[in-house]
Amino acid sequence: MARFVARRCAQMGVLFVVFLSLLFVLMNAQPGSISDQYIGDPNIPPEARQMIAERLGLDRPLPERYAAYMRNFFTGNLGVSFSEYPRPVLDILAERFPRTLFLFLSATLLAYWVGFRAGKLLVWRRGKTAEHTVNVVGIVLGTVFEPWFYLMMIYLFSFMLGWFPAGRLIENALWFDAGFSVNQVFLRLLLTTGVAGAAVAAVLTAACAVGQPRARSALRGGGVALAGGGLLAYWLASPMRPYAADLVWHAILPVTCLTLVAFGGVMLLMRSSMLETLREDYIFTARAKGLPERVIRDRHAARNAMLPIVTSLVFSLAGVLGGGIIVESVFSWPGMGQALLEAVVLEDIPLAVGALGLLGALALVAHLVVDILYTYLDPRMRVR
Amino acid sequence: MTTSTGTLTGPLWRTRVKLAATASASNWRLFSQSLLGRFGLVIIGVFALMALAHPLLMGTVWDKRIYDPVVGYDAVASEQVIVERVTDPTTQIDLDTARLRGDIDAQVGDVVTQLLQPAPPSRAHLLGTDPLGRDVLSQLMASARAAFALGALAALVTVVIATIIGSVAAYFGGITDGALMRFADLVILIPSLSLLIVLSGFFTLGLLHLGIVIGLLSGFGGTAIVLKSQALTVTVKPFVDAARVAGGGHAHIVFRHIVPNVLPLSLLYMVFTVTGAITTEAVLSFFGLLNVPMSWGIMLNTTQINGYLLRGIDYWWLVIPPGLAVTLLATAFFLVGRAMDEVVNPRLRSR
Repeated sequence: MARFVARRCAQMGVLFVVFLSLLFVLMNAQPGSISDQYIGDPNIPPEARQMIAERLGLDRPLPERYAAYMRNFFTGNLGVSFSEYPRPVLDILAERFPRTLFLFLSATLLAYWVGFRAGKLLVWRRGKTAEHTVNVVGIVLGTVFEPWFYLMMIYLFSFMLGWFPAGRLIENALWFDAGFSVNQVFLRLLLTTGVAGAAVAAVLTAACAVGQPRARSALRGGGVALAGGGLLAYWLASPMRPYAADLVWHAILPVTCLTLVAFGGVMLLMRSSMLETLREDYIFTARAKGLPERVIRDRHAARNAMLPIVTSLVFSLAGVLGGGIIVESVFSWPGMGQALLEAVVLEDIPLAVGALGLLGALALVAHLVVDILYTYLDPRMRVR
Repeated sequence: MTTSTGTLTGPLWRTRVKLAATASASNWRLFSQSLLGRFGLVIIGVFALMALAHPLLMGTVWDKRIYDPVVGYDAVASEQVIVERVTDPTTQIDLDTARLRGDIDAQVGDVVTQLLQPAPPSRAHLLGTDPLGRDVLSQLMASARAAFALGALAALVTVVIATIIGSVAAYFGGITDGALMRFADLVILIPSLSLLIVLSGFFTLGLLHLGIVIGLLSGFGGTAIVLKSQALTVTVKPFVDAARVAGGGHAHIVFRHIVPNVLPLSLLYMVFTVTGAITTEAVLSFFGLLNVPMSWGIMLNTTQINGYLLRGIDYWWLVIPPGLAVTLLATAFFLVGRAMDEVVNPRLRSR
């Protein structure tokens, strides 16, 4: 297991270097060069132009520039943003990364949970109107023109119903004399939710070892209630409470939108995977033993049908990241996707390249996590 | 072409045509079992008709100066009542706006003639005009053509690359396979929308470039992996060995024996690529990053930058048609792909 993880990590490292090299090639293949925004200005005299080029290192040969680029990337020196001069790119991205991570993680987990359950239930409703309806809804949401769909949702829930704010991360007036920065509260929120989630996961894993069914479900219910209650109690007592509530209130609509767009694919895959699993002999055996349908569905079929879903996580990660960019820009959610889009519009190339590099790193790490998860779920992989 | 096979008589091509006819008949029977698949085909047909009708209409009924999707202009004159609070923006106007538009002495209750620029649907403009006075229906139809062109280009590039890569990787195996598949892993992992956004910052992307880039990303990535696994099942078939024993070269075996057997599945992935290409183009032009004269994304972009997007149903003809068109066409291709999956995929067929 350890060897497998080490090998995958090494592979991911190599892939990341190749990805960065590709980025460098693209950057240098563009007509003109990064500095043309400055150098192209006819008001700049030739000597000053030469000086700028030297300062940016553009007079050096290509291999040397490549080496410097790689060195800088791995030492965290992503340069200085043009549009928010003199702020370093890394500073901007560090501020925005948690927000994107939050959107990405919550939407992915929710989409998988909803898709898994919906796909499982769909198989038991084969041929009924409910199946066709959910199917069509899933397909349409999966292929919908995303910005348009998000805007319709904003129109419906923010303007017509007024339930949620129309985008943005915070209500500025509320935060005026808050005494905390947005990221402080946001990170605390992420941390506590993560701790609670880890506790729930630990309890659920421990519950698997308990043999007696009633004790097992009691342990599960108690553990989840305790973790949830603890999280709630912590935030009710915290001085950051109104601000955290504001953040959560702003996050509901974007997360919902991203989940809706992403769950369809998981659902369809789970459905076909379930159909395949149901033809296996062990399902036949389970039926012959007279087990209730629900047990066959949840214990025997769904667990085995889950494997292809986990594999498909890899494919949908990039999709959720892309959807995240659209969500961030439509909801004015100041994350990395929005930074990327604004950087491109403002021709802030250091920020754009930095954001793309970091998004690529995020995708690679997520892929690694999924790989390890897969070996954990499939015993056949562990033996090898 | 006059050689005859053992039991069948007559020229070989005739047998081939006959075989193709029976195969396509049974394939169509399988395909048409799927209601959603047929529904998708109908939608694609409607959009194809729209795309084909546009140049015809421009040449005959529609005046180029008024109906051109990009440079046409028509301001519909409409009488509007000046009121205190506007409840219906198509027939009413508030006092400040009326005064700003030139009529300084206007009073509440007066009727003024306005040149409407997003004009509501009328007999001359069935879907109204956009904020720049251009016919929305004409734009919608012209964009359908752009969407089809882009989808076809992206799908073609994808299939050519993915089929060749998949077949070559499966046939040669070893280092070739490893290198190509690791590269495919990388391409899958790159968040493609972010990459395209950054590319649009580096280069001026038109429809042609975008189609090629989307095709490359899909062709070197996921599609290549799927087609390789299909090609693997072909390379172990006896006829490949037979071809090799008969003295067939590598190129001959790959292109005459493996590629034709992978082609049905390639066709399926062609259809799925179209869905991706259409939505990607729409998203990028919605953000205003592409150099495309007219597309559904551009239509929504125009609506947004002129501030009509969140006016909801007041200006429905600006908001609903482009968004619905993208969604419908992309969904239709996806549905057709799923129905084709039942035909092409032997695993699903037995169900």
